[in-house]
Amino acid sequence: MSSSAAEVKNRPPRQLGDRVFKGLATGAASLILIALAGVGIFLTSEGFPAFTASKSQIPGEVTIVAYIWPLVFGTVLGAAIALLIAAPLSIGVALFISHYAPRRLAAPLGYLIDLLAAVPSVVYGLWGIFYLAPRMTPLFLWLDQHVSFIPLFSGPASPTGRTMLTVGVVLAVMILPISTALCREVFLQTPRLHEEAALALGATRWEMVRMTVFPHARSGMVSAAMLGLGRALGETMAVAMVLSVSGVVTFNLISSTNPSTIAANIALQFPEATGVAVNVLVASGLVLFILTFLINFAARAVVNRRKEFSGAN
Amino acid sequence: MSTHLWTPPQRQGADELDESWYARSLPRFATGYFLLGAVVVAALLHLILGVGVVLAILAAWVLFVVALSITSRFVEGGRKSRDRLATSLVCSAFLIALVPLATLLYEVVSKGASVLSAQFFTYSMRNVIGEGGGIYHALMGTLIVTALTALMSIPIGILTAIYLVEYGNGRLAMAITFLVDVMTGIPSIVAGLFAFALFAIFFGTGVRMGFAGSVALSLLMIPLVVRSCEEMLKLVPNELREAAYALGVPKWRTILKVVVPTAMAGIVTGITIATARIIGETAPLLIICGATDSTNLNPFSGRMMTLPVFIFDQYRNPGIPPQFYVDRAWGAALVLTMIVMVLNLAARLVSYYFSPKTKA
Repeated sequence: MSSSAAEVKNRPPRQLGDRVFKGLATGAASLILIALAGVGIFLTSEGFPAFTASKSQIPGEVTIVAYIWPLVFGTVLGAAIALLIAAPLSIGVALFISHYAPRRLAAPLGYLIDLLAAVPSVVYGLWGIFYLAPRMTPLFLWLDQHVSFIPLFSGPASPTGRTMLTVGVVLAVMILPISTALCREVFLQTPRLHEEAALALGATRWEMVRMTVFPHARSGMVSAAMLGLGRALGETMAVAMVLSVSGVVTFNLISSTNPSTIAANIALQFPEATGVAVNVLVASGLVLFILTFLINFAARAVVNRRKEFSGAN
Repeated sequence: MSTHLWTPPQRQGADELDESWYARSLPRFATGYFLLGAVVVAALLHLILGVGVVLAILAAWVLFVVALSITSRFVEGGRKSRDRLATSLVCSAFLIALVPLATLLYEVVSKGASVLSAQFFTYSMRNVIGEGGGIYHALMGTLIVTALTALMSIPIGILTAIYLVEYGNGRLAMAITFLVDVMTGIPSIVAGLFAFALFAIFFGTGVRMGFAGSVALSLLMIPLVVRSCEEMLKLVPNELREAAYALGVPKWRTILKVVVPTAMAGIVTGITIATARIIGETAPLLIICGATDSTNLNPFSGRMMTLPVFIFDQYRNPGIPPQFYVDRAWGAALVLTMIVMVLNLAARLVSYYFSPKTKA
């Protein structure tokens, strides 16, 4: 008894160090919860005046809903185009790195794709406006001349190439690395035995992929696409630099009148905004935050649900 | 051994069987021949018929994919044909993904290189109209804002990762893991608005300062640091921790002296990559740091220029003639891209040379 009492006496300094350190770690972790809550709270408090403001105070003299709606439309439209392009491409790229490329080359090739993620978004903006847009105009002209009966390409074709379709392509390039990274991860988790069993039964490589890799990775691919979508919704600079905007709601992808996006609108208007206009912009930011939060939340939930019963663990 | 068992065709002495067996597959380098053919077609289209480069390549590519899979269908059958089709599509996807990277790097280097000079790095834009000026103010701003961001994010990020791996079990840890994942998806402009809303409470709605910018960037950087550190700490074998406990080392010293040093290479890599990601962020800094032509080294007062915002500003508000402004934008883009690439490369080198070698 006495020895254990002595032990207890000796321990407090140790426990103090432990307690302090554990407290620090827990505090840092809790800070993340606080920060995330803070984002919601501060955006709401700063954006709230916009919802009670009268029509005359809001830029363009419209209601707050009429102000934000075309922006939401543009945001979703641009992101949807990006997703349509990037989703199949990223699955192909991830498959190439995980199952098609020579083993030795797979890791360096993966780094190459990761480099795409490292390029700053303003540089993508410059590339989009000075390199891509002029090269897209012949395509727009062709679409306008030949398939303008499709509402998406009803034209008139923009002479500068600063259209929603160009933006969609730039966004697709920007979300490609994140979707690819996640797809690659889940593809690599396919149980090796399943793959070998398929090959041993005489399956070709594509049949092996279809029978073992895709079923295993289905939810991973879905969430990769959703994460990419979330990224595309919130992307600011490339859209702000490339798109030529006017507050219309249209599905026409190749004309020079396009709906703006929430993020780009904030970036373009904020530096000169004063008074209620600031609140309106913050309110639109709140809408964007909620939109991306929900999509990311859903994407992560899909991944996490999968983790529990995937063959990989 | 017994004669009634089927024996696979032998190369010697079974020539008839041999031929029919091998005749049903395309020659080994068939893909190469078709590829060569496609290149020739593209060259002919471009040089003789004067078709544009992109269109010629596109046509040749379609021809290649279609011709290969149709030939294979007649020689090898549907299954192998589909396999070849899938292989060529998957490989094309990768090549397509490289096109933007290659053209972007080429564009940035070719347009930016001519702008770089000693003056470009040592002058600000103060009182500069038209030609001249430089990125000194933006470079200093980026360094200060990024340093402050790292100063805040790295300790918080590492401590959170330690909490998640070493202490956390139960609801809080699960919630934090999940929210960190969700946080990585916060749009950068929302982070900027958050910092603005936070600082506007104390300094009024006209607030612009470098420190607020680093608060916004921290919101983006912390989840990246947590994620990578968490992965690295999880890789530290439990035997090391148990050995330390067995020697009577308290938990916090075990973490600081055993766990973290073991994972150090990975942690440094993760932090470097996170920094590279953060250094190119534009939108939050545009909101909260603002744009200015003068050098401001005090992060706690007044507008502060940063490299990404400089690029945007030069592009967005050009004077007459605009060429000088666009040139400066490309020059700054080259500098920024180089910083990012060097950081990424450094991160890979650190992880390559300093990570503990796993036993084969």
